[in-house]
Amino acid sequence: MTDQPKSLFQKVWDAHRVRELPTGQTQLLIGTHLIHEVTSPQAFAMIRELDLPVRFPNRTFATVDHIIPTDDQSRPLKDDLAEAMMSELEQNCRDYDIQFFGPETGAQGIVHVIGPELGLTQPGMTIACGDSHTSTHGAFGAIAFGIGTSQVRDLLASQSMAIAPLKVRRIEVTGALQPGVYAKDVILTIIRKLGVNGGVGYAYEYAGPVVDAMSIEERMTVCNMSIEGGARCGYVNPDQKTVDYLRGRRYTPDDAGFAAKAEGWLAMASDPGCHYDDIVTIDGSVIEPSITWGIHPGHNLGVGEAIPTPNSVPDDERAGVEEALEYMDFAAGASIAGTPIDVAFIGSCTNGRISDLREAARVAKTGHVKEGVRALVVPGSMAVQQEAEAEGLDEIFRAAGFQWREPGCSMCLAMNPDKLQGREVCASSSNRNFKGRQGSPSGRTLLMSPAMVAAAAIAGEVVDVRKVV
Amino acid sequence: MGNNEDVLVKIDSIEGTGCVVRGDDIDTDRIIPARFMKVVTFDDMGRHAFEDARKAAKGKHPLDDERYSHASIFVCGQNFGCGSSREHAPQALMRSGFKAFIGGSFAEIFAGNCTSLGLPCVTLGEEDLAQLMGSVELDPTQTLRIDLESRKITSRAGEMEAGMPDGVRQQFLEGSWDATRVLLDAGDAIEKTAASLPYMAPQA
Repeated sequence: MTDQPKSLFQKVWDAHRVRELPTGQTQLLIGTHLIHEVTSPQAFAMIRELDLPVRFPNRTFATVDHIIPTDDQSRPLKDDLAEAMMSELEQNCRDYDIQFFGPETGAQGIVHVIGPELGLTQPGMTIACGDSHTSTHGAFGAIAFGIGTSQVRDLLASQSMAIAPLKVRRIEVTGALQPGVYAKDVILTIIRKLGVNGGVGYAYEYAGPVVDAMSIEERMTVCNMSIEGGARCGYVNPDQKTVDYLRGRRYTPDDAGFAAKAEGWLAMASDPGCHYDDIVTIDGSVIEPSITWGIHPGHNLGVGEAIPTPNSVPDDERAGVEEALEYMDFAAGASIAGTPIDVAFIGSCTNGRISDLREAARVAKTGHVKEGVRALVVPGSMAVQQEAEAEGLDEIFRAAGFQWREPGCSMCLAMNPDKLQGREVCASSSNRNFKGRQGSPSGRTLLMSPAMVAAAAIAGEVVDVRKVV
Repeated sequence: MGNNEDVLVKIDSIEGTGCVVRGDDIDTDRIIPARFMKVVTFDDMGRHAFEDARKAAKGKHPLDDERYSHASIFVCGQNFGCGSSREHAPQALMRSGFKAFIGGSFAEIFAGNCTSLGLPCVTLGEEDLAQLMGSVELDPTQTLRIDLESRKITSRAGEMEAGMPDGVRQQFLEGSWDATRVLLDAGDAIEKTAASLPYMAPQA
């Protein structure tokens, strides 16, 4: 009738508004609170001190991912500090009656991998987690925020957070991707074009034919790195693929109520003609396999391009480019293809899902890891691990000289024993190429798609995956 | 629960000397490398602020510059605190003595974490920021004053217009930056909103 058309963001916001605060911010109810061992212990300590209960223990879910080793996960963990963190989380979950998906449940994994695979992540929800890559869950049409530990405390206590409304930028990726070009290349290109802080103040709505054609797992890769573009969250409107993905999952059983639920999910999609604060169009058909060359995810280029020179960039980027070239020890104007690598890492909440491993395995079949290169494949969850093993992917990787590991965050941020050494260069399917990110203060990271990482592992240097498969 | 009125702290201004850390896009991994987060408290964070960057700078990092040793206002460039949501980053700087940040711009999660800790993040336009940085580097002993009420920063470089989102500014001025109490004040409005959402009904 006369209802104003609304974006998905607006619909979710309106449905979860508890009240307007005197500050002009909104007290927003968070439907699903995901917690892990690194950013929650201090929050539990704070609510204990305040003598507050956990308000919605049945909407709070825990797993262990950041510190867990990927070689030997038997208890007690060999690293005393890691063991202390894991024990603390287990104790907190017992004390407050929170569901903990530890290794013994068979459902452990990276928090942003297991949420979707358990069906905890659903369209129209608000989700928060003490981890910036919570934006991943937006792939289902959820509004999902990464938060700090004080906000974890607030969520435990009140299941809500104080937040000012965001603007919505629709990013339409038009055309179709070339073979060998993946979701990772799409989001790297978006970040390169809009900048690492271009999304500040915005929720990103990813749309257009390229996003429509993506699988749910590919959409997760795109939404995952929204934060790398400065956006507080990112989402894709739910469609039939979203419904099909969720059917029959543990928290979305294919029961009598499922059809009605699915109808409700689809109704959350942005209405035609709704207001957007900004609309950006990107031509998907010209996107190349992309790689980072510098020290933040915006420092990326197509595999056929040359590393920029300080003089080729706008004034306000020059100092950053000079700093990046110095840290990476790369020559300005050199080709990124042919850059030798020491380590290859396939995994993370960005690219540690079954479809990522399948693509990487397809490349791994074409050769053997180059002598001197250390190559790790770390599944994103126990479910991914089991599925991969059932398909024989582990055998393909092992035969090609890759190490096949247990699930966890691993070398994405190196809080477990998987670390770069010294000045090593790592071809990585993760999300951040910050200085020291992968565990060595002087280590160097080249972000790329899992297929590109596998190709680099075999060649011992950066190569164009399109020439391999 | 305790008497929360006792802990309501209004913050309308901050005074102190500054420390300039130049560079844009300084991420939270750089502020506190992940290996130092393998602990269940924030107690030790202050000791590891910018640890790898300081080692790499071999004593030349601003945080190792004696002239800045008593600084309580951190002056930085664009997109400060980008990347990981780790509150360990502002905790590390707070525990190193910083009470406020003046920068070109801040990553949103970082700024939100700072608000929760009572550390205002205020922004300056590019020219003003360049002037302030230059002035503080020239005379680190000068007192900087951030006035949230009037939205002004005063220093030897003069008086400058400071930016801060209205809602956040008000949180500091009325002492509601520590949000727990404000959020709990909603009472059963929280349960009512939850009851209106089918997915939040208790699992059968």
